[in-house]
Amino acid sequence: MVIDTDASEADVRAVLATVPDPEIPVLSVVDLGIVHRVTVRPDGIDVAILPTFVGCPALDVIRATIGERLETRFGRDVRVETTFEVPWTSDRISESGRLALREAGIAPPGDPSAMRCPFCDSANVVMDSAFGPTQCRSLFYCRGCRQPFEALKSV
Amino acid sequence: MSAAAPPVTGLDELLLTMADDEFVIGFSDSEWTGIAPMLEEDVAMSSLSQDELGHAAALYGLLGGLTGQDPDAIAYDRRPEDYRHARLLDHGRGDWAMTIARRYLYETADAVRLEALAATSWKPLADLVGKLRREERYHLMHIGTWLERLASNDGEARDRLVAALDTLGPHAGTVFTPLGAEGSLVEAGVLARPMADLERDWRARLADTFEPLGLPLAPATMDPWLGRTAHGDAFRWLWGEFTSVRRSDPPATW
Repeated sequence: MVIDTDASEADVRAVLATVPDPEIPVLSVVDLGIVHRVTVRPDGIDVAILPTFVGCPALDVIRATIGERLETRFGRDVRVETTFEVPWTSDRISESGRLALREAGIAPPGDPSAMRCPFCDSANVVMDSAFGPTQCRSLFYCRGCRQPFEALKSV
Repeated sequence: MSAAAPPVTGLDELLLTMADDEFVIGFSDSEWTGIAPMLEEDVAMSSLSQDELGHAAALYGLLGGLTGQDPDAIAYDRRPEDYRHARLLDHGRGDWAMTIARRYLYETADAVRLEALAATSWKPLADLVGKLRREERYHLMHIGTWLERLASNDGEARDRLVAALDTLGPHAGTVFTPLGAEGSLVEAGVLARPMADLERDWRARLADTFEPLGLPLAPATMDPWLGRTAHGDAFRWLWGEFTSVRRSDPPATW
């Protein structure tokens, strides 16, 4: 393993931008807004991430993937911790993240009354259930194109 | 002393009672997975249960950080009599109305408790409570809608809801069972007010919702000193279920 002695925080964040969220792989952990803090030390890298939901079952996979990617790239010990120091909120999702979600057929988070269909952009949609296939998603139905779709919960 | 805050006498009991509440209701309601009355509710109840178990894991994690115990060991390796959840959660799954009634009573009580912890002086708990309240908002919306839906129906749905509330009523207030060291928690700013105060607030709010719907208000708590102990057969059965995998091979890593 080659130790990259010049690595900066920006370099680390650039690698994090390639780590996908395991449940919504069109989003990187950076786009999702869960990277809270990156600390680069001479002998290691510390990353603090914010769980989107307290009981998110994808956290272990996210932690492990971040650890592997950073260790491979920078050759240093990596510690990934989760923290609730600040709450993750759905407005932490980046603009490019919102775009990627819509392209994948998932409506980005927003006021349920202003929700639009990710397929046909109709505003004639109705929430079927606040709870969906993962903790962070709700179920909607579009009366315009008659398609069910998922939306990220607004928290 | 660390910036995280002072370990206060009674903090462990507070964390254990909250964690056990979330853990037990999470497991009870997960029994609906696959058999809920409609597909959306199957998904919703499963997701709610997953939230509650996640909350329990985070609370057992804070407790483990204080006591040096493994959070999984706290969750799974105790005898049934050592769990400290409220007796409200001891009634077994029952029918759908029972589940709605229990969730309504519990979620509204938990919301009052979380409010009293929102400005807690122990930072790790304050951080977590901030996050929990954002999730519980969805739980309250869900259960409020269901309560009204069953109550506004002039037939079996309403009858079953009323019967469930009558059954649960004597234990409804047990979420607010006074803690052994409550005085020190209040003095240290961990808990804003004593449990008895919180219970009064909760009962007033319950009346605001129940009276217009003509639903029976919860009577005074039966045997209040047993509010978090003396768990019955329904809990012993649930305990057997949720510890069965762990007991089948204790040293295994899953």
